Amino acid sequence: MGAYLIRRLFYGLITVLGVLLLLFVLFFAVTDPDDIARKAMGERARPEVYALWKKNHGYDRPLLFNRAHAAGDTRRYTDTLLFDHYRRMLTFDFGNSDADDSPIARRLKEGMGPSLSLTVPLFAFGLVLGVLLALFVAFFRETYIDRAVLVLCMLTMSIAGLLYIISGQYLIGMLLKWFPISGFAFEPYLASRFLALPVLVGVVSGIGADVRLYRTIFVEESNRDYVRTARAKGCGEVRVMLAHVLRNALIPILSNVVITIPFLFTGALLLESFFGIPGLGSLTVEAIQGNDFSTLRTMVYLGALLFIAGQILTDISYALADPRVRLT
Amino acid sequence: MKANSLGSLSNIFVVLLLAGGVWLARIVARDRYWRENASQLWQRRPLALIALALFLLIGLLDSVGWVGGGTPGEDDVAALRSRTLIDRLFQPERFTEASYSAPLATHGFYGGQPLKHPGKHLLGTDILGRDVIYRAFKGVRVALLIGGFTSLIVIPIALVFGVFAGYFGKRIDDAVFFLMTVLASVPSLLLLIALVMVMGRGTLQVCVALGITGWVHFCRIARGETLKLREAEFVDAARALGVSDLTIIRRHVLPNIAHLIIITFALSFTGLVLAETILSYLGIGLDGSWGQMIDQARNELSRTPIIWWNLAGASVALFTLILAVNMIADALRDIIDPRTRREGQ
Amino acid sequence: MSAPLLSVENLVLTFPAENRRIAVVDKLSLTIARGETLALIGESGCGKSLTALAIMRLLPKPGRIEASSRIEFDGRNLLELSVPEMRTIRGGAIGMIFQEPMTSLNPVTSVGDQVLEAVWLHEKISRAAARARVVELLHMVGIPDPRARFSAYPHQLSGGLKQRVMIAMAMAMRPRLLIADEPTTALDATIRAQILALLRQLSSSTGTAVLLITHDFGVVNEIADRVAVMYAGMIVEEGTRRELLSHPRHPYAQGLLKSIPRPEARGNRLVEIKGVVPRPGRWPTGCRFAPRCPSAFDRCRAELPHRTTVSASQGAWCHLVEYEVHA
Repeated sequence: MGAYLIRRLFYGLITVLGVLLLLFVLFFAVTDPDDIARKAMGERARPEVYALWKKNHGYDRPLLFNRAHAAGDTRRYTDTLLFDHYRRMLTFDFGNSDADDSPIARRLKEGMGPSLSLTVPLFAFGLVLGVLLALFVAFFRETYIDRAVLVLCMLTMSIAGLLYIISGQYLIGMLLKWFPISGFAFEPYLASRFLALPVLVGVVSGIGADVRLYRTIFVEESNRDYVRTARAKGCGEVRVMLAHVLRNALIPILSNVVITIPFLFTGALLLESFFGIPGLGSLTVEAIQGNDFSTLRTMVYLGALLFIAGQILTDISYALADPRVRLT
Repeated sequence: MKANSLGSLSNIFVVLLLAGGVWLARIVARDRYWRENASQLWQRRPLALIALALFLLIGLLDSVGWVGGGTPGEDDVAALRSRTLIDRLFQPERFTEASYSAPLATHGFYGGQPLKHPGKHLLGTDILGRDVIYRAFKGVRVALLIGGFTSLIVIPIALVFGVFAGYFGKRIDDAVFFLMTVLASVPSLLLLIALVMVMGRGTLQVCVALGITGWVHFCRIARGETLKLREAEFVDAARALGVSDLTIIRRHVLPNIAHLIIITFALSFTGLVLAETILSYLGIGLDGSWGQMIDQARNELSRTPIIWWNLAGASVALFTLILAVNMIADALRDIIDPRTRREGQ
Repeated sequence: MSAPLLSVENLVLTFPAENRRIAVVDKLSLTIARGETLALIGESGCGKSLTALAIMRLLPKPGRIEASSRIEFDGRNLLELSVPEMRTIRGGAIGMIFQEPMTSLNPVTSVGDQVLEAVWLHEKISRAAARARVVELLHMVGIPDPRARFSAYPHQLSGGLKQRVMIAMAMAMRPRLLIADEPTTALDATIRAQILALLRQLSSSTGTAVLLITHDFGVVNEIADRVAVMYAGMIVEEGTRRELLSHPRHPYAQGLLKSIPRPEARGNRLVEIKGVVPRPGRWPTGCRFAPRCPSAFDRCRAELPHRTTVSASQGAWCHLVEYEVHA
C-alpha cells in the first residue's frame, strides 16, 4: 500500500510538471508579452512604460535560454521565463495580478472561504440526494416509477446550467422572493440565506445526470451473482439494496465522484459569478473579463492541482474501500 | 475571417457533409449489423430523429450562401455580403423593426408605434428589432458547428493517437498516455477558457479550443478498446497469418471500436454545445450562438413589464436540440451495448 | 411410503420472446423424498437451473411460473405463499448453492459475516452466539482454522473453500432440502470429489434431502440416490441410480450413457446422439426427442408421452416404453 502511494504521488508530480509545461507554452510561448503589456497599460503608452511593466511582472526575460550569459554559466538556463515559471509555480509564489497589481496569493486566501462555503454544501447535498433517489429508483426498477423518473432525468439533463441559474434567480429570487438574488455575507446565518439559492440551483441542475448514472450502477450490481445468493439466504429486497448493493456500488460511485470535483471548482465559476459570491470562481471570471493572464494562469494551475490531488485521493479511498485492492 | 471566405468555406463544408452522408448511408445499407441498428433506432426514437433531421436541414440551409441578388437600393456593404438561404428566406434587412416587440404584436413594446410587419413576428423581436425566430434559426448552424463539426475533425486525430498507442504500446503508449493525462488534468472549462484567451476570439479559435479539450475523451476510448482488442484471439490469429499491422487495425480494430466512438460522439456533442453557452456568458463565445442570445437576454427578465421572448426562443431551441441528441445517444447506447449483456444470460 | 418432501407437478416456466411467451420448462414433474439425494441431469440449456430457481421462487424477472404449476414442499404449496413467508423458507427450510463460487459471494464482506447473515436472518440471537454458530458451521464444512477464517474475504480463499462457505451458508439453519445447482462444475477434479463427499456426509448426518443439478454422470455416480433425466424442458426418465445407470429405458437416457467415453473402447469412434437439442419455442409437437430418436414412430410425433411406470421406482416418459411395459 505504501509503495503504491509513493508511486502514485510520483506520477502525480510528473503530471504537474507536464501541466506546467502546457501552461508555459500557452501563456508565454503563444501569447506575446507585448500584447499583455499593451492591454494592461493601454495602447498609447511609451515603450519605456511597457518595458518597465514587463520587468515588474516578470515578462522581460527570454523564453528558454538567456544568451546574455556565458555558455558554461547556469544562469543561461535559470535566468529565463521557463525556469522562473517552474520555480514560482512549484513554490506557490504567484506574484501579482496583471490587471491591478494586487498580490494574487492574498486574493486566493480571501476567495477560498466563500468558495468552499458554496461548493462543500453543493457537493454534499448533491451526492446524498443523488444516491438516495437512485437507490429508490433502482429498488423500483422496470416499474412506472422508474420510467417516469428516468424521463424526468433526461429532461432535466438537457437544460443548460445557465438556464437553471437564470430561471432560478427569476422564479425564486424575484417572483417568490424566498431568497436574495445575489450577494454574500461572512456571518453564518446571513451567508446561508445567500447561499441557499445557488446551492439549490446547483443541486437541481446536476441531479438528473447523477441519478441516471448511480441508478445504472445500482441496477448492474443488483444483477450480480452474490445478490442472487443473498436472496437465496432469505434477504428481503430492501436489505439486498442497502446491505449488499449499496456497499458494492459505492466503489464505482467513488471513482465517478472525483470527476465532479473539478466541476465544483469550475461550475462554481458560473454560480459565483451570477450570485455575487466573492470566491475563486468570481476571481477567475474577473480575470477573464480583465485579460488578467497571470491570475488566469494561477487559477488554471490550481484547478489542475486540485484535480490531480482529487484523483490521488480517489485512488486511495478506492484502495481503502475495496478489500480486494487493499489486501493484495 | 472575411465574410465571403467564410461563406465559401461553408459551401464546401456543406458539399463535404452531403458527400459524407451519402457514403455513410451506403455503408449502413450494405452492412446488416448497422442496418439493424439504424432501424431499431428509428423504431425507438422517431420523434428525436425527426427533430434532429429538421435541425440538420436548417443548418444546411444556413450554410449555402452567395453574394448578390439582394434588395435594390441597399448600401454597398450589405450588397457585398454573402447571404445564406435562411437569410434570403427571412430577409432581415426588410424584416427588422426598430426595437423590442412582443410576439405577434402589432405595435412596438416601448412607445407603441406601429410595426413594419404587424403580427408577423411569431416570437417578437429583440433590442435591435431582429426577429427572434430568425435569430434562433441562425443559431442552429453555430450549434451544429460547435458540437458536430468540431468532433468530426477531432475524432480522426484522436483515433490515430489512441489506436496507435493501444496497439503498438510501450514508448508510443507512454507518450500518448502522458499527453492525455496532462490535458485531462486541467478542468476542461478552464483549459477551454485559457485556450480561447490565448488564441483570441473567433470561430476558428473557439472550435480549435473545443477540439483540444474534447480530444482526450475520444483518445481514451480508442486507446482503451484497442488495448482490449489487442489481446483478442482473432487479432492473434490474424497476426499468425501474417496480416500486416495496419491492415489488422483497419479491418479488425477500427470496426470494433466504431460503435463506442459513435456513442461518445453523441454524448460529447451536448457537452460541447453547453460549454459554448458558458463561453458566451463569459464573453468569449461564438457570434450568433444561442448562448450569446441567452447572455444578451438574461437581463431582460428584470424589466417590468417583463421581456421573455428572446430568452424563450433561444432556450427552447437549445433545449430541443440537446434533448433530441441526448435521447438518440441514449437509445444508441441501449441498442449497441446490451447486446453483449443479453447474450450472457 | 411417506409423503414426499418436495413434489413438483406440471411446472411450466415461460419467458417473453418477440410478441409471445415461450415455455422454457413445460410439464415438468418430479418428487424428492425426505433425506434422499436426487440428481437432475440434462444438457446445458434444458432448463435445469431455472427449475431450481423456480422452486425457490427466484426466477429472474421476465420469467413467470404459470398458474397450472404446482410446487408442494412439506405439505405447503410454495406458489401460494406470501413473499415474507417465502423469505422464511429461503435459507431456512430450503437452502441453495450455486455454480460459480467466485462471483456468488459478496466481495466486500468477510465470509464469516456472510454466513452470520444466513443465521441472523432467521434467528435473532446475540452476535456472540451467532459468531460461535458460524465458526461451528465453518468447521462442519471442513474449513481449516475456522476462527481465523471468519474475517477472511472471499478473494483470499480458493475455489473449493469458497464453495464450502456457500454450503455453510445454505446449511446454516439445518434446511430440509438443499438445492445444489452444478456445485462442482467450476472446480478442479480433486476438489470436486471432496465437495461431493462433503455433501454426501452432510446429507446423511443432518437428514437433508439434496436436489443436485448436474450434467455430469460421474457426479451422479458419486452421490445420487435417485436420478431424473431432463430433456427439452421436461423429465423423460427417473429412477434409482442403479436402475438408471445399468438399464435406462428412455432412448435419450440410453444414448447419454452410451456416449460416455470409456477407456476400453479406445480407438473406436465416439458414440453420439445425432442432431441437436431443440431450442425453447421450437419444440416439435409430440415427443420432443422424436426427431433424434432412433426408435421413433408415428405416435411419437403426434402425442406427448405420459409417465409410464416401469417399476416401483423407475418411470419413463416414452411411448415405446409404454408399449414394452404393457405388452
